[in-house]
Amino acid sequence: MAFTTNHHQLVPKHTKLSEAEKAKLFEQYVVSIRDLPKILKTDPAVAKLSLKSGDIVKIERESKTAGVSFYYRGVIDG
Amino acid sequence: MMPQVHKKIISISFGIFSPKQIVDSAAAKVVTPELYDREGYPVDGGLMDLRLGVIDPGLRCKLCGQKLKECPGHFGYIELARPVIHIKFVRQVYDILRSTCRSCARVLIPDENIKKYIIFLNNLGAEEGYESRRRKIREIVAKYKLKETCPHCNTKQEKLKLEKPYNFYEGEVRLSPIEIRARLEKIPNEDLEVFGFNMAEFRPEWLVLTVMQIPPVTMRPSITLESGERSEDDLTHKLGDIVRINQRLFENINAGAPEVIIEDLWDLLQYHVTTFFDNEVPQLPPARHRGGQVLKTLANRVNSKEGRIRHNLAGKRTDFSARTVISPDPQISLNEVGIPKDMAMTLTIPERVTEWNKEHLKKFVENGAKKYPGANYIIKADGKRKTITSETKDEILAEIEVGYIIERHLMDGDVALFNRQPSLHRMSMMCHRVKVLPGRTFRLNPAVCNPYNADFDGDEMNLHIPQTEEARSEARILMLVETQLISPRYGLSVVGGIHDAITGNYLLTKELVLSREEAVDMLYTCGVDDFSRLPNKEKLDGKEVFSVLLPKDFFFVGKDKSGNEVKIVGGVLKTGSMDKSNLGQESGLMLRNIYEKYGESFTADLLGKISKLGIAVLSRRGFSIGIGDMDLSAETVEEIHSTIEKSEEEAMKLISLYHKGQLEPLPGRTLEETLELRILESLNKARNKSGDIAMKQVHYSAALIMARCGARGNALNIAQMTAIVGQQALRGRRIDTGYRGRTLPYFKEKDLSPKARGFIKNNFKSGLQPYEFFFGAMTGRDALMDTALRTPKSGYLYRRLSNAMQDLKVEYDGTVRDASGKVVQFMFGEDGMDVSKTKNGVLDVKRIVQQVVEDVQ
Repeated sequence: MAFTTNHHQLVPKHTKLSEAEKAKLFEQYVVSIRDLPKILKTDPAVAKLSLKSGDIVKIERESKTAGVSFYYRGVIDG
Repeated sequence: MMPQVHKKIISISFGIFSPKQIVDSAAAKVVTPELYDREGYPVDGGLMDLRLGVIDPGLRCKLCGQKLKECPGHFGYIELARPVIHIKFVRQVYDILRSTCRSCARVLIPDENIKKYIIFLNNLGAEEGYESRRRKIREIVAKYKLKETCPHCNTKQEKLKLEKPYNFYEGEVRLSPIEIRARLEKIPNEDLEVFGFNMAEFRPEWLVLTVMQIPPVTMRPSITLESGERSEDDLTHKLGDIVRINQRLFENINAGAPEVIIEDLWDLLQYHVTTFFDNEVPQLPPARHRGGQVLKTLANRVNSKEGRIRHNLAGKRTDFSARTVISPDPQISLNEVGIPKDMAMTLTIPERVTEWNKEHLKKFVENGAKKYPGANYIIKADGKRKTITSETKDEILAEIEVGYIIERHLMDGDVALFNRQPSLHRMSMMCHRVKVLPGRTFRLNPAVCNPYNADFDGDEMNLHIPQTEEARSEARILMLVETQLISPRYGLSVVGGIHDAITGNYLLTKELVLSREEAVDMLYTCGVDDFSRLPNKEKLDGKEVFSVLLPKDFFFVGKDKSGNEVKIVGGVLKTGSMDKSNLGQESGLMLRNIYEKYGESFTADLLGKISKLGIAVLSRRGFSIGIGDMDLSAETVEEIHSTIEKSEEEAMKLISLYHKGQLEPLPGRTLEETLELRILESLNKARNKSGDIAMKQVHYSAALIMARCGARGNALNIAQMTAIVGQQALRGRRIDTGYRGRTLPYFKEKDLSPKARGFIKNNFKSGLQPYEFFFGAMTGRDALMDTALRTPKSGYLYRRLSNAMQDLKVEYDGTVRDASGKVVQFMFGEDGMDVSKTKNGVLDVKRIVQQVVEDVQ
């Protein structure tokens, strides 16, 4: 039985970026997927998203000082 | 202008020289062990051959024609009479020999599998590195070795043994380096690929030396002793041995000497060549000087703490730096550092002579090196350096002209970088202005102790004097103490009033009433000379005196340490008193607001004035502490006693309940745990209660004042001195270790009473019972051990963290990236806040908006 973390209050919202969003992200920050922080596709927080290597996950974190902050991580195998 | 790049290094590959390369790159062949002829001139073909470089002034290199310091030196070579094994490659030779056939020299892997393994091994090598690749080869070969015969020519394989350090035995027979070399020669290029050697650049037989490279004389210079005698470098000595034995070996071979003699000489040659490379080979006696001192050969120059890497590369040292003990001086300003005069006369600042400062600088030269302020050196326009002594002084004075540089003594107002290890944050190294003082220690304002984490129990600090105008302005603009007032870690002031400064201002603003004369006197000592803001009265309130320091248009509302309101209206302190929360370091809210409005230099200046005012107040009023400060009235003592006794009784009641089995366990706890918790609870209550009583009842004394305003000590310290020390805890529990069933032999077994388990009901003034003292010592020792063990651990943790993050940088697009451009955060701290512009991490947006609206109106 796989443990899902998705509804835990401490796990921020993880979503997969569409191809268009991906292109926009790359353009905005002038980066390629190699330059992004990584996340394993087996990571419990994204296990349900059925990702493959090369995808990008967007994480929406809530914070006291910033409201919502976005974070992007490139998916890798493993 | 950027220097032009002629050739850019794409990659570097390391390999070993082939005999041909050694000979081709050699400037000279060394054939004789003699160094100099009768005239003391280097012998041609000797180890100091002039073609190998120059180490004598005046001589020219025979090869490149350059002089000393210009000629980099050139390699030479000697031809060895018999081959010897290179000690640093014995391991590799052993591996190769064991993995190849003794007859056909093929790798002991069947032909059909070689390709497969090459691919496999190359992948492994690329992924995990060369070391694990080599381990894998051995495993593979060991697998085929079981068969005992060569898969190519079916020769039976003998067991090969390495007798450390460099003798190989096959069965009982010793293999000579000649035989070894012959076998290595036979290994086909294709098979070398298995070992991961690049065939184009490497042949295994090169690991057995037939010719040896002679390093240039420039890396083994001889020194001339006072007696005029020459003393050769260790390397030259060793090379001399090699050449001598080599010559003897040659002669004996040519003369057809018996095999035994040749063998002996050959062994000796092997020994000398080995110790030339590494004089610390296990199982081999190190080569020594005649006096018995061990020679320092090639490997010793590189290895270990005194070696090239750790000593010269990683441990570079700087000139123009100083180190000594630090001591406090509240009279110098925050951004000054007191420097001993003796030091100021050694550390120098180069100043260039111009038309306008020529006469000014000449005065320093006139004073010379021994009179302050003088100068130690001059540098002529052509770059030649001259020492200023009483003999050379007049000559130098006459020749000084525009363009000369004079290295004058350090003077007041010069800039210096001041540093205390461990340098954990950027405030560990700040720029100070020099103040030359008598004495032998560095002096610093006690307010900057906090950023350096310094105290005066023997701490030493380092000082560096920037030598160029660029370095000086950089230090001044970026690193001056004023620029470091606000910590980038939590956005509050890291410097602030300490101890007496806080106490003094607290007393001043809280209760003192001064005569006008006194007030003017005190203000004047701290640098105020405009008294127009002092109210025109005969008797002045301390608050009015303090307010003189504040700017006229300063408004502030805040709280003091005990929660009372502090209000400053139009630069006048209306209510509240100044204490740690407004003046102190790492809090100092009033100071923080001043900083925001009036800038860094004003704040530093104000802090200096406030500190001096505090000290002036204390020295005028007097401030002493004594045992009498801890006195309590008889009634209070009685009250405290009854409180403690009551809770002790309560604890005893709980214990008897427990023994009767009537104690109700708390949910999720055993009976014993419940008892412990409830006893602790009741005893803690007693301690807190009696502490509160004591704090209220203890008469108004110096100790109490210090605790109230946060200058030193706290309520707990006072309670422990006047009322009760309280329960001692070890690992979060009452003390329960020691003898079987009891903590000390003084108690009965299974005694759970407070007294038997580390409850100290006395106070430090009344004195402790022996058993109480012992409990106190137990927790004290435990705390000491704990800090002693924790400090290096957390230090290392911090070091790893700071090293891992050291070149992260906020880019122009707001992202945080490392040196290779990889994103770490998409916005600094995920909220984009500059902590040093906040107050304790909070940005008061409402206040900022209000400010802006006010300004507009």
